[in-house]
Amino acid sequence: MMRRVDALESVYPDLSECAVITIMGAVAVELHSLGHQQNFFYFEHAMGLASSMGLGVALAQPDRKVVVFDGDGSVLMNLGGLTTLARYKPANLVHVIFDNESLLSVGGFPTATKTGSDLAGIAQAAGSTCVETPPTVAAFAEVFKRALTAQEHTTIIVKVEEKGPALFDLGLSLLENRFQFMRWLERSA
Amino acid sequence: MSPVSTNNSTLVYNSLKASGVRIMSALPETWLVHLIRLAENDPEVSLVRLAKEEEGVGVSMGAHLGGVKSAMLMQNHGFLAAINGIVSGAQLYRVPLLLLISDRGWFGEKDPWQTEGGLLTRDVLRALRVPFETLRTPDEVSRKVSDAMILAYSSLRPVALLLSRSLMWEEASP
Repeated sequence: MMRRVDALESVYPDLSECAVITIMGAVAVELHSLGHQQNFFYFEHAMGLASSMGLGVALAQPDRKVVVFDGDGSVLMNLGGLTTLARYKPANLVHVIFDNESLLSVGGFPTATKTGSDLAGIAQAAGSTCVETPPTVAAFAEVFKRALTAQEHTTIIVKVEEKGPALFDLGLSLLENRFQFMRWLERSA
Repeated sequence: MSPVSTNNSTLVYNSLKASGVRIMSALPETWLVHLIRLAENDPEVSLVRLAKEEEGVGVSMGAHLGGVKSAMLMQNHGFLAAINGIVSGAQLYRVPLLLLISDRGWFGEKDPWQTEGGLLTRDVLRALRVPFETLRTPDEVSRKVSDAMILAYSSLRPVALLLSRSLMWEEASP
């Protein structure tokens, strides 16, 4: 099974022009470890709302590509959000959900995807018309690049290993990150 | 005819537009029907229909960081359902929110199921340190909506306006 950090690394060079929003925990730390950029926002709480925030940015700046790096635990806390995304299908939003079947940062408790809940099936049943489940890093990178250039809202669900970083501190103030990200969106609007 | 005031809904709507609001998120509730229809039929405004009000906090955060003013239309039970997002999203990251909350369950409320929420809405707003004012009469709507948006942006925090029964509901109590 693939590692999330390898998947992130495989698309890292494609992110420089995108507004990137991650959830808290391992996803934030691993993207940050590849090299922080001003266009990365690490949503360090409010679990479930990263994709809702992505929708807000996508509506505010329709010409910009928005990427949300989400996770199974977060998505399960806002399944209604999948129906909202499917309703509007923002063409400039790529929604990546890393599914490690675990609430890893609090000690690895199994989520419902461990016991059979299928996020790809849920996203499709919510009404998303472009749902991808790449099985390898290479396949993920290919699907992701295609999603960035396609004018179609894409949901990519990636099964990853239940492994993450040892520490979850980014060494970046939440507010510093927030203002950096806003300035970047303003500058390059 | 629905007893929900068309004139006062239009007044609230026009005041939001005058304050620069271009994205509105909403979950339908009786008192909000005209406001939602106005947003739906307005090509200058993006209406985001939510499954649950907390999503609206995320939408408004993204809209703000992307440079667009937004408002959230909700019932007070929707406000209660959005609290974690307000605290660990908007307040943690100092993002202005304009919450328009229909003040159900207060004096004159006939629906028993609204009354518990009505009882504690103000106390919860105070506990969260969300400053709020109530819109009671048409003459104060425009000024208070404008002032609420100004405070949200200067403080970089959520600000709430309670939409009262006297403003939104035209049917007199028996």
